Amino acid sequence: MFETAIIVFREILEAAIVIGVIAAATEAIPNRNRWLLSGIFLGVLGAILLAYLGSGLSEFADGLGQELFNAGVVSIAVVMLAWQTIWMSTHGAMISSDAKKTGVAIKEGKKALSVLLIIVGVAILREGSEIVVFLYGISASGAQANSMLIGGGIGVVSGVLVGFIIYSGLLRLPVGLFFKGTAVLIAFLSAGMASQAANYLVQANQIPALISPLWDLSSLLPNASLLGSFLQTLLGYNARPDGIQVVFYVVTLLTIFFAIKWLNRQSKLLVLKETMK
Amino acid sequence: MKMIIMHILIKFIDKWSIMKKLVFLQIILSSFLYSSLVSATTLKYEITIKNHRFSPSEITIESGKKVVLLIDNQDETPEEFESYPLNREKLIRGKSQAKVFIGPLKPGRYPFFGEFSRQTAQGTIIVK
Repeated sequence: MFETAIIVFREILEAAIVIGVIAAATEAIPNRNRWLLSGIFLGVLGAILLAYLGSGLSEFADGLGQELFNAGVVSIAVVMLAWQTIWMSTHGAMISSDAKKTGVAIKEGKKALSVLLIIVGVAILREGSEIVVFLYGISASGAQANSMLIGGGIGVVSGVLVGFIIYSGLLRLPVGLFFKGTAVLIAFLSAGMASQAANYLVQANQIPALISPLWDLSSLLPNASLLGSFLQTLLGYNARPDGIQVVFYVVTLLTIFFAIKWLNRQSKLLVLKETMK
Repeated sequence: MKMIIMHILIKFIDKWSIMKKLVFLQIILSSFLYSSLVSATTLKYEITIKNHRFSPSEITIESGKKVVLLIDNQDETPEEFESYPLNREKLIRGKSQAKVFIGPLKPGRYPFFGEFSRQTAQGTIIVK
């Protein structure tokens, strides 16, 4: 039973962390809860569907369909998270300020919310389908099905609890730190997922690993440890990354960073021009 | 003012998507070249899962070579092939097969396990 709980907990941890951070980041946007719940609902639905369709999927592309699908899904998450943090860092003030109730904020907020929906859905879809396959496998095998399903329930609840702790922890931060903190966290989430996409593509033999591993910290802080797997999701920590993973990670971080810089400079220039007139 | 920002944003997104297409094209092209290069020389190793055990549970491969593990799950239940040192994770459904590429690796021992039945499903890749 506890074994099942741990397996399910590990699978759900990533989705829980992503949702916790992203829910905190979109806290101030009206109607956020409805979109968040729709994302969760669609994610769970998709996960169940994927689990049923999955056997066909994994045979697709010469037995590498699973990796290619995962790489695709993770890439969507990377782009959406990147967009979210860029958007927050360039428009965030508009939403949080007194303009909260104006049409602009709502219109702008809607874009952020549809991105939120996709991020949440995608986060649940991938790991969720593995949980469904796993739990279905147990329940089909008869034997201790009941106690294992209870274990699965415990796993889900404790995963959700971690997500909630992150969420409420972030909300307790002072406003200035909150905006910077969530933006930075989402940037790291995005970079970590980019490195994961690279890992899937290496595993499917689609791209070279470059140097493997680039470094080895597995005796210091292994990914198998609780802290290791926590940092893996939150910051993309990897004790033994392939060179290509580090490339994907750094490129994603730099892209986000420079996009924010560039957009902020552009809007400052515009404001300056406006005031000169 | 807002219109101008939007305009710039659209321009920016335009440029970005062209660049993205180019990068993407390059990745696709180079991966085709790359996979055609490796496929000819990739050694295959078969592993069977039965009664939640890997057999053989030890496989010796040559260092610096890319190999592919062909894992055949003969159990009814699904299993997840997982290895932290190898950086691999792959779901294998009941009564089905999966492929996992590993390497090139440095000499050493690389343990792996089945996440869904960890006590019994254990194995090691030995790289010499």
